Amino acid sequence: MQIDLKTVNIEPKRKAFDHLVRRFGDKVASRYQEGSYDIQAMENLHYRPTWDPEQELYDPDLSRVKMADWHAFKDPRQYYYSTYVLARARQQEAAEGAFALVESRGLHMTLSDELREAAIALLVPLRHAAWGGNQNNVLIAGYGYGTPFTQPCLFHGMDCLAVAQYVSRIGLMLGGTEALSAAKQQWLESETWQPLRRLVEDTLVVRDPFEAFVAQNVAIDGLLYPLVFDAVVDGVWAQNGGAPISMLAQFITDWSAEERKWVDSVIKIAAAESAQNAEVIAEWANTWSGRAAAALLPPVAAALGSQADAFVADTVAGLNARLAKAGLKL
Amino acid sequence: MSTVFIAFQANEETRPIVEAILEDNPGAEVEQQPAMVRVSAPDSLTINRATVEEHVGRTFDLQEMHINLITLSGHVDEDDDRFTLSWNS
Repeated sequence: MQIDLKTVNIEPKRKAFDHLVRRFGDKVASRYQEGSYDIQAMENLHYRPTWDPEQELYDPDLSRVKMADWHAFKDPRQYYYSTYVLARARQQEAAEGAFALVESRGLHMTLSDELREAAIALLVPLRHAAWGGNQNNVLIAGYGYGTPFTQPCLFHGMDCLAVAQYVSRIGLMLGGTEALSAAKQQWLESETWQPLRRLVEDTLVVRDPFEAFVAQNVAIDGLLYPLVFDAVVDGVWAQNGGAPISMLAQFITDWSAEERKWVDSVIKIAAAESAQNAEVIAEWANTWSGRAAAALLPPVAAALGSQADAFVADTVAGLNARLAKAGLKL
Repeated sequence: MSTVFIAFQANEETRPIVEAILEDNPGAEVEQQPAMVRVSAPDSLTINRATVEEHVGRTFDLQEMHINLITLSGHVDEDDDRFTLSWNS
């Protein structure tokens, strides 16, 4: 007797959820799509918030930026809970490795006193600026509309806390607890930091979620991280015996480069939606990046002296090039 | 005309690779088999790292695909940026 083995391929009746089939066509959906699209609560929200009966509970009209479909956004990194947590866990492990290496070999002791003072003075007060980034992004996540837009903002907000923690740890390593309390005094009282503090505090009262996005993620983060971490820490300091600081800051530099891709994609999609959007976003970008550049100059000038102007100008030109590429006319 | 093909395990990790192949190789055809997906193309088939990266949303090392690779046919020509199957006739 002969037995023939045969495989039978059974086509699944549904390849994906109906809402994803409508959006992306009849094919298997990725976990990112399942975890992000059409999850925004849209219907049966007939009770208005008691604290502001003028608006809906989830209200796209809170923003001057209008989208026919707030699910048009796509995070190029495709972060949903699992991919985000896995990616950050890997980065955390690498950063812990760098801290352990610097500490065990005593690399932070090789810094000159001058450089150590400069690093504490420039980096540690930034923990307060990062907290502002957290608040703003959580506001966007709370009041923004459409999960593909708001979800990465919540992740970004958590990352800002991570940045604040890494900066604090650098301060603890270089100057102990006094470095942190001194940095707080600097942030509250020093003339050098008042423009940035005022800027951060002004963004905290912005209620338009998309304006908060532009002010925080495009203007402040778009200038602060390239300027302080790419140009000063990885550039000037690293070439002058400050390589250990650059190792300690590796999460911050890697993370901000990654975030820029996402921010650019959000701006590109929103600006491509309509000329009005592009105009509103360009107006916000101009206002806030002008203020951010002016606010960042004093602390960078304290660290670099007269070179600071050129570095700020370069960074602003870099940001403008990014925004032009994303379709804004500045 | 001869055909080259490559077969992967059908899972979440290979789906973006298959999508990238289909995007870059207009002649490619997909055949879904139980737990396996087979992509065949006339003459040659190229996997570009940049396209796969776009689909997975992170940096991608072409060597990663070997974890899920079942079989292939054709001469392999690969470097860091692309992986090409073809018959040198």
